[in-house]
Amino acid sequence: MTTPSTRQGFLRRRIPATGFWSWITTVDHKRIAKFYGYTGFTFFIVGGLEALLLRLQLARPENAFVTPAEYNTLFTMHGTTMIFLVVMPIAAAFMNYLLPLMLGARDVAFPRLNALGYWFFLGGGVVLYSSFILASTGAPIGGFLPESVSRLGSAANGGWFMYPPNSGPQFSPGSVIDFWLVGIGLAGVGSLVSSVNLLTTIFNLRAKGMTLLRMPVFVWMSMVVNFLLLFSIPIITVAIFMLIFDRQFGTQFFEASGGGDPVLYQHLFWLFGHPEVYILILPTMGIVSEVLPVFSRKPLFGYAAIVFAGIAIGFLGFGVWAHHMFSSGIGPIAQVAFGLSTMTIAVPTGIKVFNWIATMWGGKLRFTAPMLFAVGFVAMFTIGGLSGVTHSVVPADWQQTDTYYIVAHFHYVLFGGSMFGIFAGLYYWFPKLTGRMYHERLAKFHFWTMMIGFNLTFGPMHWLGLQGMVRRTYTYDADLGLAFWNLMSTIGSFLIAVSVLAFMANWIDSRRRGELAPMDPWDARTLEWSIPSPPPEYNFGELPTVKSLDDFWYRKYTEDDEGRPVRRPEADALLAELEATHAHPKHRPHLPAASVFPPLAGLSALLFAFGILYHSTGLGLALILVGGVALLASLVSWGQEPVEEEV
Amino acid sequence: MTDTTMHASTSTGIDSGKLGMWAFLSSEALFFGALIANYLLFKGRELQGIHPRELLNIPFTSASSFVLLMSSLTMVLAHAALTREDQKHARLWLLATAGLGMAFIGGQVFEFSSFYREGMTLATNPASSSFFVLTGFHGAHVTVGIIMLLTLVGISLRQGSLSFGKGLNLELVGLYWHFVDIVWIVIFTVVYLIR
Amino acid sequence: MDSFKPAGPQAQRIYDLSTPVFIIAGIIFVLVEAAVVYASLKFRDRGDAEDPKQIHGNNRLEVLWTIIPALILLGVAIPTVKAVADLTTRPENGLQVEVTGHQWWFEYTYPDQAITTANVLVIPAATPIDLVMTSADVVHSFWVPRLAGKRDVIPGQTTFLKLEADEPGEYWGQCAEFCGLSHAKMRIRVQVLTQIDFDAWALAQQQPAFEPTAGSTAAEGKDLFLGRGCVACHTIQGVSDIAATPAPDLTHLASRNVIAGASLDFTQADLHEWLADPPFVKPGSYMPNLGLTSEQIDTLIAYLEILK
Repeated sequence: MTTPSTRQGFLRRRIPATGFWSWITTVDHKRIAKFYGYTGFTFFIVGGLEALLLRLQLARPENAFVTPAEYNTLFTMHGTTMIFLVVMPIAAAFMNYLLPLMLGARDVAFPRLNALGYWFFLGGGVVLYSSFILASTGAPIGGFLPESVSRLGSAANGGWFMYPPNSGPQFSPGSVIDFWLVGIGLAGVGSLVSSVNLLTTIFNLRAKGMTLLRMPVFVWMSMVVNFLLLFSIPIITVAIFMLIFDRQFGTQFFEASGGGDPVLYQHLFWLFGHPEVYILILPTMGIVSEVLPVFSRKPLFGYAAIVFAGIAIGFLGFGVWAHHMFSSGIGPIAQVAFGLSTMTIAVPTGIKVFNWIATMWGGKLRFTAPMLFAVGFVAMFTIGGLSGVTHSVVPADWQQTDTYYIVAHFHYVLFGGSMFGIFAGLYYWFPKLTGRMYHERLAKFHFWTMMIGFNLTFGPMHWLGLQGMVRRTYTYDADLGLAFWNLMSTIGSFLIAVSVLAFMANWIDSRRRGELAPMDPWDARTLEWSIPSPPPEYNFGELPTVKSLDDFWYRKYTEDDEGRPVRRPEADALLAELEATHAHPKHRPHLPAASVFPPLAGLSALLFAFGILYHSTGLGLALILVGGVALLASLVSWGQEPVEEEV
Repeated sequence: MTDTTMHASTSTGIDSGKLGMWAFLSSEALFFGALIANYLLFKGRELQGIHPRELLNIPFTSASSFVLLMSSLTMVLAHAALTREDQKHARLWLLATAGLGMAFIGGQVFEFSSFYREGMTLATNPASSSFFVLTGFHGAHVTVGIIMLLTLVGISLRQGSLSFGKGLNLELVGLYWHFVDIVWIVIFTVVYLIR
Repeated sequence: MDSFKPAGPQAQRIYDLSTPVFIIAGIIFVLVEAAVVYASLKFRDRGDAEDPKQIHGNNRLEVLWTIIPALILLGVAIPTVKAVADLTTRPENGLQVEVTGHQWWFEYTYPDQAITTANVLVIPAATPIDLVMTSADVVHSFWVPRLAGKRDVIPGQTTFLKLEADEPGEYWGQCAEFCGLSHAKMRIRVQVLTQIDFDAWALAQQQPAFEPTAGSTAAEGKDLFLGRGCVACHTIQGVSDIAATPAPDLTHLASRNVIAGASLDFTQADLHEWLADPPFVKPGSYMPNLGLTSEQIDTLIAYLEILK
C-alpha cells in the first residue's frame, strides 16, 4: 500500500513516498531497521573475510601469507567491525523493527532522531573503513620496516582495545589510529542518540493495558541494553577524546613520562567495554526468549525471573570491568573484589539458561530454523558462559588472559551466542518482514554447517590458549605443537563461510520466490504477529489494547482443566478481522513526516569528522567549518520543523 | 527537539520529550562524571609544570559562577512567562539567559587565556590537561545551550509564539540549561573550592 | 609452554586451583548440554494432537537454581581469594631480578650481582624469584606458563611477579600484551640451573667480555662491531658502555642460546638471518639493516661467538 505524497515540513516541498529520496529522508522505523540490518550484514561479510585472512595466516606456523603489519590491522579491524559495525547495528535493526510492533505503537518516540542514529553509525563505519584508502601508519619512530606498509595494513592496528602507549603518538605515528578513534566516536554518538529514543519509546509508547510486566522479554532486554548504552557510551567517548588529545594536541594523559597513566585508559575503556559485551548479548537473549516458547508451544518458563535476571546482569555489569585487567598490576584487593563480583554475575546468567531449558521441557518442540538456532544459542552460550566463569578465578585468569582461551570464550558467547541468536531472529521474523517463507531445508543446512564449522574453529582455541598460544600474534613457533589444531580451526572457519553463503542465498531467493506467508505463520504470542505481513507503514490500523502478557496468544487460545491450550472457536475469524482492520483502517493514521535533516546532519557530521582527521591542513579546517556550520544549521532547522505528516 | 507522540497521552504520563531529555542528561552526567574523576585523579599527583591549583582565581570564578546561576533564574522566569502566555517576556528572559551564558563563556575565555599567558596550557601536564578538557567541554555545552536559547527566540519571533510540547521546546531547553548549571556547581566545588 | 604441566610452586598452585574448577565446569557443561539434548529429543513434536501443559514457572526451582550455583561459586571463591593473597605476596628471601620490557625483548638485571642480560632469564632451581618489573616503552606482559601466571609490565610503574622452578631445565614464555609490530616475536627463555651452576654462571657474567686473539677473524669482527655503529646501542663490558641500554647487553651473548627477543636461536644460520636484515625478521625493529655483506656477517659472528 503506498502512502500519498507528503510535504516535507520545513522546506515545503513534496517528497514522493517511494523511490530513492523517500528512503533517504525516511523516518519509518521499519525502513531504518532495514538500513541497520543490511549495512550491518555487509560489514559482517567484510569482518568475516578479515577473519578468513587471519585464519589463513595462522594455518601454519611461521607462515607468510600476510605481513605482520597487515595481520595486526586485520585482527584489529575484524574485532572492531564485528562488535561496532555488525552485532550492535543488527541488534539495533531488531530493536528498531520490533519495538513499536511489540508495544502496539505506530513508530518510535523520536522518528527523526532514530534516523539520525543510523546516519551517524554509517558515518562512523565510513570513517573507519576509509582508513584503508586514506590513512597511513607512518614510519615507526626510530624503528625500521622491511617494506612500506600496504593498503591492507593501513587501517587501525592497535587491537580493538587500542591500549596506549602503543596506540599513542610515539609508538603509532601516522593516522590509522585517529581514523579508528573518530570513526568509533561518531558511531558511538549514533548509539547514544538511538538509546535515548528507544528508552522513551519503551516507557511511553506502550499499548493501552501494557504494563511493564506485560511487555515481551525482548522489549525488557532492549530496555536494559539501552540503559547500558546510555551510561557506557559517554565513558568511551571520554577515553577516545583523551587519546585523541594525547595523539594530536600534546597532552600526556596516558604518557608515563609526562606524569600520565596508561592504566587509566584501561579503566576507562573497560568501564565501557564490559557493559558493551552485555549490550551485545542481551538483545539476542531477548530474541531467544521469544523464539523458544513459540516453537515449544509453551509459555516462557519464569518470565519474571528472566526479566529480573536481565536487569541484574545490566546492573552488575557495571561492577566487573577490571576483570579484564587481572594481570595489569591492579593490586590484590582489587583483583579479589572484581573476581567476586564477576562470580556473582554468573548467577543471573545461569538463571536464564535454566529457565530456557525449562521452557523446552515438556513442550512440543518444532525444530524449524529459528528453533535450531535458539537451542544452539543455549548450548553454545552455556560453553562460553562456563569458560567465562573460569576466568573469574583470578589466578587461573593469570594463565588464561591474553591467550586463545579468551578468544575461544568470547567467540562462544558472541558468535555461538549473539550471532546464533541473530540468525534465529532473522529466520523467525523473515515472514513478518517480507510476507514470504524462507527455504526451510537450506536454512537447516545453514544451521548444521555453521554449528560444525563454528565448533571446529573455536573449540580447539580453548586448549591452544592454555598450551601457550598468545593472542594477537601473527605467527607462532613451530616447536610449540600448536600447528595441528590451528589448521583444524582454519578449516572450520571456511565451513562457517560456506554456511553464511547458504544463508545469503536463502535470504535473497526467498525474498523473491519464497512461498507466501500468512500473517501468523508460527502461531505466535506477541503483537507483531497480529498485523499483516509485511506490516503497513503505520503498523496498526487501530491501536491495540492488551489485557495480559502474550495478549495475542490468549485471544486465540484458552486453557482446559489440564492446563493445555484450547483454540478458541472465534480464533480464525479474529485473525481475519485483525488483518482486515490493520490493512484497511477506517481513518488514515497520522504518521511522522519524512525529513531531510537527519541525513543532512549525518553528512555534516561526517564532513566534520574528516575535518578533525585533517585538522592540521587547510582542507581539514575548511571541512570542520563547513561540517560544523551545516550540522548546526541542520539541527536548528530540525528543531523548527513541524512533526506530523501533512497530507 | 520533541516529536509529538503518536498517542494522545503517554504510558508514563510524562511528556516524551521530557523523558528523552532526562535520559540524555543522565548520560551526560556519566560523561562529566568521567571527566571530573579524571581531574580528581591527576589533581593530587606530583607533576612537572604549573598545576591548575596554582593559578585558579576563586574570586573571579565565583563571580562568573554567580552569573551562570543567575542565568538559571532567568530561565525559570522565561518558563513562568510562557506559562502565563506572555510571549514578550518569555523572549526577554530567554535573551537574558543567553546573555548571561555568554558572559560566563566570556569569563572562561578570559580565564583560560590568562592561564596560557602564565604558562599553563592544555599540554603542560595531565592535571592542566584534565582541567582544560573538563572546563572546555562544559563551556562547549553552555555554548550549545546558548544556541538553543537563541533558536527559541528566533522561533518565537518568526512564528509569533512559542508553546509547550511542540517543536523545539522551552521546557526541554530549560532542563538542559539547569543541568549544565548544576554540572558547573560540581566542577566549581571539586576543582576550585576543594584543594 | 603448557600451563597444564606446572614446573614450580606458583604454577602448581594455579593448576591445583583451576583443575577442580575446570572439572566442575565440565560437569555442569555435561549436565546442561545433556538436558538440552534430552529435551530436544524427548519433547520433539511427533505429530501429537495434544499441546503441552502451559506451565509458567516454578518458584521452588527458581530458588534452587539460584542458590545452588551461588553455593558452588562460594566454594570456588574461598580458595581463589586465598590463592590471590599467597601468590601476590613477594618472597622474603628470594632472588631479586629486575625485568624491563622493551619493544620487542626483555631485559634482566640482577641488582645484587650487578649483572645485566637479555632474552634468557637464568635462575637457580628451588629458589623463589622476586621479579620487579617495568617497561621502557609500551605495555608488555611477562608470561612463562609452566612457572607462573602472567603479569603486565607498564611504563612508569612497577609490577611484581613471584616465580620459582622446582628443577633445572629450560622453560619458554612469551610477551602476552599486544605491543606493536613484532609482538609475536617477543619471547622468553628461562634457564634454571642448580645453585652451584648458577653461582658459576653469575661469576662468569660479572667478568668483562672475552677479548679476541690478535689477528683472528674474531678480532676483525670486533673491529666491525666498533666501526659499523653497533656500539651506539649495544653494551659490551669493557668495549662499549652505554648508560641506558636501548638494546640487549651483548657482553656474554654467547652464553645464551637465543637471540632477537628469543625468537631465533644462537646458531650460525639464525645469526646470519638476523644480522642480514633485522627489520625483515622483526618488522619495526630499532636495529636497522646495516647493509653488511655475507662475508662481513660471518666475520662479525666469529666475534660474537667468543662472547661467552
